[in-house]
Amino acid sequence: MTEIKREKEDMNLVFVGHVDHGKSTIIGRMLADTGSLPDGKLEQVKENCKRNSKPFEYAFLLDALKDEQSQGITIDSARCFFQTQKRNYIIIDAPGHIEFLKNMVTGASRAEAALLVIDANEGVRENSRRHGYMLSMLGIKQVAVLVNKMDLVDYNPLVFEDIVQEYTQFLKKIDIQPETFIPVSGMNGDNVASLSQQMPWYKGRTVLEELDQFKTERVPEEKPFRMPVQDVYKFTKDGDNRRIIAGTIDTGVIKEGDTVVFYPSGKKSRANSIQEFNKPHQKIKKASEHAGITLEEQIYVKRGEIATINGQPKPEVSTRIKTNIFWLGRKPMIKGKEYFMKVGTQKVRTRLERIHMVLDASTLDRREKNQVDRHDVAEITMKTEKAIAFDLAETINKTSRFVIIDDYEITGGGIITASEADQQAWVRDKVLVRNYKWIKSVISKDRRAEKYSQKSSLILITGEKDARRKEIAKDLEQTLFDGGKFVYYLGIGNILYGVDADIKEEGKDTHRKEHLRRMAEVAHIMLDSGTILIITAVELLEADVETIKAIVDEELIETVWVGSDISTDLKPELHITEFNDIREATQIIKSRLQEKGVIFKPF
Amino acid sequence: MNHIERLEARSVHVFREAYANFKNMCMLWSIGKDSTVLLWLARKAFFGHVPFPLVHIDTSYKIPEMIEYRDKLAKKWKLDMIYGQNEEALENKQTFPDGNATRIECCRLLKTGALRNTLNGRGIRYRMNHDTGDYQVDRNREPYTGVIVGVRADEEGSRSKERYFSPRDTENLWDIGDQPPEFWNQYKTDFAPGTHLRIHPLLDWTEVDIWKYIKRENIPTVSLYYDQGNGKRYRSLGCYPCTFPIDSTAKTVDEVIEELESGLLKNIAERSGRAQDKEDGGGLEELRKNGYM
Repeated sequence: MTEIKREKEDMNLVFVGHVDHGKSTIIGRMLADTGSLPDGKLEQVKENCKRNSKPFEYAFLLDALKDEQSQGITIDSARCFFQTQKRNYIIIDAPGHIEFLKNMVTGASRAEAALLVIDANEGVRENSRRHGYMLSMLGIKQVAVLVNKMDLVDYNPLVFEDIVQEYTQFLKKIDIQPETFIPVSGMNGDNVASLSQQMPWYKGRTVLEELDQFKTERVPEEKPFRMPVQDVYKFTKDGDNRRIIAGTIDTGVIKEGDTVVFYPSGKKSRANSIQEFNKPHQKIKKASEHAGITLEEQIYVKRGEIATINGQPKPEVSTRIKTNIFWLGRKPMIKGKEYFMKVGTQKVRTRLERIHMVLDASTLDRREKNQVDRHDVAEITMKTEKAIAFDLAETINKTSRFVIIDDYEITGGGIITASEADQQAWVRDKVLVRNYKWIKSVISKDRRAEKYSQKSSLILITGEKDARRKEIAKDLEQTLFDGGKFVYYLGIGNILYGVDADIKEEGKDTHRKEHLRRMAEVAHIMLDSGTILIITAVELLEADVETIKAIVDEELIETVWVGSDISTDLKPELHITEFNDIREATQIIKSRLQEKGVIFKPF
Repeated sequence: MNHIERLEARSVHVFREAYANFKNMCMLWSIGKDSTVLLWLARKAFFGHVPFPLVHIDTSYKIPEMIEYRDKLAKKWKLDMIYGQNEEALENKQTFPDGNATRIECCRLLKTGALRNTLNGRGIRYRMNHDTGDYQVDRNREPYTGVIVGVRADEEGSRSKERYFSPRDTENLWDIGDQPPEFWNQYKTDFAPGTHLRIHPLLDWTEVDIWKYIKRENIPTVSLYYDQGNGKRYRSLGCYPCTFPIDSTAKTVDEVIEELESGLLKNIAERSGRAQDKEDGGGLEELRKNGYM
């Protein structure tokens, strides 16, 4: 029997700070002084320097890449591994040059604790502050400050004290309490691995000792359960009939038998089993673990929703969010432009609605601006195309985080600080309750689709008053019906004087929103039955369609505008500008349905 | 959560993000220990399934046991197995063993070149027919837009700079100075037409982590990694003309872990038995910029 060794903890550390303040040198020194380098590596690098007649620097140990050495700055966040008696450390050396802020963010976001390096000779500089701010934004609360190059200021305690004071003031403003300040010299190794003879006035720990003082991040098990759905798998190979909801748990715990509610849809089911390949059966899964669950009732959920547990605090759902963001894009963030936003596993189109203020992260000066430039930090309100589920940074920070995509690239990131009211909120609240209370049929959506050879779909035909919408709707109904489809044309009048009888006021358009809501709810029921539903309406607005989308699954809706000019702000999926006869318009819609796979397309 | 569980969770997450975002995805399988762990992690992520093809670049100089092991596992786990090679270079004998190329040039042709053409579909892809167990020319020539690769950050300098999702342009080139940001479990999953992404689920793993996982999960590995009685074993696998075993008496997974943890090999680089790395100062980095794994 071999002796059972207690496993060491892991910790990711990041070194940040202004360019040339000596991060790589301190890391190189730490690796060298603790024997963490392969034998001969140090000599090899020294020999290389000699051959190229340049003075040896400890930083060269890290800067393994050729083009880095030629420029002399860290381009990316290199990783190196290192251990003490207590822990395995992964050290991330983040570039200090402003050009590489995105790399600094990449490195720092993986860390649990940060070492921020300030040059004693140069003092607190722009990126000393900017990086401090970014750490706070990224959610890294444990920071130790290393005042480097003490040898260049003759190990003068007054210089050290000045920097401690100035920087503590700054950190206080951004809600970071540094663990400690350590005066060091990476070049000479003072206070790195051992206490320095040069600074008898310093009574604190060495850098190495300080590392082991950091606390490992606690797994957030006590928070409400949150698992962004990465996918729903149904791999049928070898007779596998499991339908598995897969994801990584952000916070909380899930047990078999728990009632799970998905947001933003509000759909509910019971966790039947926990699945994992090559592992004995488990009944519980916790934060940070990867998980797969099967559900008792086959509800339709998809990637992007957040799984939560019934009875625990609910996430927010909205299309308008207030955020703090940092911008990395070369092009500024502007109003009127469409971006993508990724929150958890949700991906939605989004627009910048309002800039509350822009902050210069290196000075904390607030400015009024009408765009967010590269490396700015800003407080803004964003409007998303459809509702997203999230938490606020102050309650659950993991599910409050998002990134912005512009032209295929991640160009910004941020945290959601508030959920703002949107026009669909009143509808959404009702829908959440409806979905929660919904009594599921034993016949699944897929089985219905298979039976009827069609996918349920809502075709909204709109246009100006005399655009012949109803004629097209009737002809489409007839055509699809003759083709064996299960289809229904729902005339608005059928609803107005029946379902809406209590709110219908003759000759007035007083309850437009409520009429829309009821119509969409009727549509929702009919779509659930597997039908293809056709509805016509005069001059629908984008807001009307947004309301309908809050009630009916957006993917099932096909908006069609008939007539050459679109007289509202609507952006229809299909625009039929000209047609010779009704037949032709019908055929255009039919082809569209075939393309979308709503009905079968013959070869 | 312990160290290995954390690594596993991260890798599984990356796999699922990749699968959700890329329609035409494949995974490179070099038959070595790392990419075999990668294959196992795919089965973890997808509950026993591997829902995309595995691509092997066959230089024709692989140690024969490797090919045997590849086909055995492919059949057993019903893997969608594909291989490709640089047939032109092999035909013209532009190789190191034939004496017509340096080691690096040989790698460039038989690995990097073959890989590029297998991924973009310009080269022939051979796909296993599970009914017969033979390989047939695959009709699918669609370029792969997502390629899962088992590189680890601790292997050497340039790999330590990699992202989990790392873009390659149409020529497979890697712009190391301008890489996408990656934070909070969010990766670059959008890509312009014509470009593709390399996905690296194993980035945070070290050599000993790999072995500990092999032990924990009881993953089958090729026998070349163990001493067969002559006091030698392979630590890293490649083509036989350029790969050499190390002195070691480790005969089992446990003994390999023990050997690695004892510090016996501390001063010997993992790829020290791979001759192409040594040919030019930045051999592997140069190869990687041009599309090498």
